[in-house]
Amino acid sequence: MKASNGEALKSTGTNPNTNIVNSFYSSSVRAIRTSMGWRAIPVFIATLVLIPVGTVVSSLFAPAGDVWQHLVETTLAELLVNTFWLAVGVSLGTALLGVSLAWFTAVCDFPGRGFFSWALLLPLAIPAYVFAFVALGLFDYVGPVQTGLRTWLQSDLVWFPNVRSRLGVIVVMVLAFYPYVYLLARNAFLTQGKRSLEAAQSLGFGSIQGFFKLSLPMARPWIAGGVMLALMETLADFGTVAVFNYDTFTTAIYKAWFGMFSLAAASQLASVLIVIVFVVILVEQRMRSGMRYAETRQSARIDRIRLSGWRAWSIAALASVTLFLAFVLPVSQLGIWAASVFARDFDQRYLEFLWHSLLLSAVAAVLTCGFALLMVYSVRRHPDRVTGAAVRISTIGYALPGAVLAVGIFIPVAWLDNQLSEMARRLFDFHSGLILQGTLVTMLIAYLTRFLAVSYNPIDSAMHRITPSIDEAARGLGLTGWAALRRVHLPILKGGIFTAASLVFVDVMKEMPITLMTRPFGWDTLAVRIFEMTSEGEWEQAALPAVTLVFAGLLPIIFFMRQAEK
Amino acid sequence: MNTLLELRYIRHAYGQQTVVEDLSFTLEKGAIGCLLGPSGCGKTTVLRSIIGFEPISAGEILLNGVVISNASFCLPPEQRHVGMVFQDYALFPHLTVRGNVGFGLHRVGKVERAARITDMLDTVGLTHDAEKYPHQLSGGQQQRVALARALAPRPDLLLLDEPFSNLDVTLRARLSLEVRDILKSQNATAILVTHDQEEAFAIADQIGVMHQGQIQQWDTAYNLYHKPANRFVADFIGEGVFVPGKMLDPDHVEIELGILQGEVAHHCCPGCRQCRSGGSVDVLIRPDDIVHDDGSPIRAAVMHKAFRGADILYTLRLPGGSTALSLVPSHHNHPIGEKIGIRLEADHVVAFSRQV
Repeated sequence: MKASNGEALKSTGTNPNTNIVNSFYSSSVRAIRTSMGWRAIPVFIATLVLIPVGTVVSSLFAPAGDVWQHLVETTLAELLVNTFWLAVGVSLGTALLGVSLAWFTAVCDFPGRGFFSWALLLPLAIPAYVFAFVALGLFDYVGPVQTGLRTWLQSDLVWFPNVRSRLGVIVVMVLAFYPYVYLLARNAFLTQGKRSLEAAQSLGFGSIQGFFKLSLPMARPWIAGGVMLALMETLADFGTVAVFNYDTFTTAIYKAWFGMFSLAAASQLASVLIVIVFVVILVEQRMRSGMRYAETRQSARIDRIRLSGWRAWSIAALASVTLFLAFVLPVSQLGIWAASVFARDFDQRYLEFLWHSLLLSAVAAVLTCGFALLMVYSVRRHPDRVTGAAVRISTIGYALPGAVLAVGIFIPVAWLDNQLSEMARRLFDFHSGLILQGTLVTMLIAYLTRFLAVSYNPIDSAMHRITPSIDEAARGLGLTGWAALRRVHLPILKGGIFTAASLVFVDVMKEMPITLMTRPFGWDTLAVRIFEMTSEGEWEQAALPAVTLVFAGLLPIIFFMRQAEK
Repeated sequence: MNTLLELRYIRHAYGQQTVVEDLSFTLEKGAIGCLLGPSGCGKTTVLRSIIGFEPISAGEILLNGVVISNASFCLPPEQRHVGMVFQDYALFPHLTVRGNVGFGLHRVGKVERAARITDMLDTVGLTHDAEKYPHQLSGGQQQRVALARALAPRPDLLLLDEPFSNLDVTLRARLSLEVRDILKSQNATAILVTHDQEEAFAIADQIGVMHQGQIQQWDTAYNLYHKPANRFVADFIGEGVFVPGKMLDPDHVEIELGILQGEVAHHCCPGCRQCRSGGSVDVLIRPDDIVHDDGSPIRAAVMHKAFRGADILYTLRLPGGSTALSLVPSHHNHPIGEKIGIRLEADHVVAFSRQV
């Protein structure tokens, strides 16, 4: 970045006057001509998000079909109860585990703190559904743990908790999603530093009182943000609950569509889920409103509370057990399974799954980053209310569960397809068949809407580093238009774009419901393969694709950790 | 007068690095003390040791005659009844001004609590901003909230860590006088840490100049300026230059501009020969010791000039080649290079043995 700025400084000699005059003229003309064009991009994406939402929500008011009637009578109550307890359990669990680990690693000192503070993020690399099938494979009745215990104790193990239960799903999801809370809460505690605790001490509070009266309330928005992320993931989750046969809305949508072949019922189920999601979003916004937080600078020197004796060791034990259960155990088990089937499973078909996954992820990453860049620039060029609203709508796509998006996008695409083929038949007497359905286009639109926020945020924050004065400085040195873009903007944005692309890449690779429901026939990816094998209880055969996903997931995490250390 | 705080030969080290060594001072009840020094001199560490954030490795700290810190014991900060205003204020962003000020009043009944908050807000002039959040306040207002919050529980001792460093210069001067008035009205005992001598002069009754972990001189502002104990203090406080001189007798020093008469404020060290008759010394000449006088036979060339409104600070080259500063009323506007008449006018002498 520095080098290219220096270059920019050097190259000012080439006739700056004409440059400035030219660019001034052309930019003012262009401004008039393109103001609509710039605004069109966020509006277009907002529409892309609004179409599935509208499609799904409108089915709330559609006349109830037979299938829907049947679902209401038989399973709807169960779905609601299941979703409710899952949401409550995962929120509480992630909050407790995430906040306590964050506090201990951020503010206290105990053996292994430095290691745990980054290692506790590793579980982010394991998709929750991978976790789920490893847990089942290990702890189920026929799994090695129970079998081993039975032979060792010569007993029926009636006391052993049933893994395929509500508690089992909650535990798995807590272990998979706690890093969201951990990451955000830790950040909050680190920026608070010890300074606020010292302030509390100078006002007569001990350090434990200080934590509950001060640090926790101060970190509340971050903790709430982390819990909300975990909750969104829980509501959107398809793979984990599918493995556990724990019926929630996402699995019900899948079954209605592919089991009962009722897209209408699937859409109606999706509409209930979307209402739940919006309620959660509203609650979150409510919790945050009225409380504004001044940015606090990170205190340069963090003095940690030095713990010793049983306290230090029990905290180290908590961190070790979490890390073991959430990362070491599943990864080792996956490794063992994968090694045992490697010779058989590493074949042409595996390579095909891999190729599909990589291709989809790469295309989706390029697509979302491209649109995110365009949106960021349109906000910069025309920060008016229309653009702002469009951007806000565009980035809520991440809150929409994949199963909902799949239904919400498939229905309009199918409609459009019918219109097109009808038109082709009428105008040209040509039977075109299906044009869009069952192509990658549907999938990619769904990915774009769901993951745009993922790429938008890092690029947007990178863009915030290009202050107006940087633009002015570039212009003052005679750099405008493409030259400024290439030599000033791009080097500054590069990091953000890379971050965005790698996040989307990994997210798409792990993505299950959208891929499963909208893929072209026979176009299987690693995630789809895992779904198919686990739904038959073939844990070993799901291991090789799962290991691949875990590796892919580790790459950005390791990269960000190294960034953070710098 | 009764002593509130006493530091006896305290020492503090971060690992191998000693930050504070053999530091002692006492503070009377109701007085405002100040630790003044360049950054990194250990002044903040002393403050943090007094409140108990940092343990000391030798010596002892007494508050109201009771040991609160020594090498083997450190009373927890929350039990010391010492308040603190932090450099970055450390206001609680999730609480309103009222919430912040009332935060430390947790052992006080509801009615009294409300009364004290109202009282404190009135004292610092923030009655109308009680329901605002810290980020809605200006820097000066935030500073006053921090002060009110620290004063509300009526601590025995209040510590202020560079309280004005985040404010712009014009605000600093006004607020420091205001803070002094507030502290005095509350009859508070306080210690301020700063690197800005004007701030120290404006607020403190007693000032300790710190350098390399030690107090060089603990005195009033007047004495620090006019009777500095050593070269560091002389250099650090105020403006001035050293010119070479020669001791004629214990009451007279001869320098290039003439003979200075008066009590020689400080000798370099007890029993020093140099300061006796005939010894070579460096004499501290303040800008106000040299007066511009057109009739004077001594002429000095103007090297630099800095316009200061009422005065101009001239840097002059004396005939013998050494440099001196002179503060001259600003209507005496002379161009650089011109030779102007000057006269020595000092009623006391500050001299140190010649440094080789």
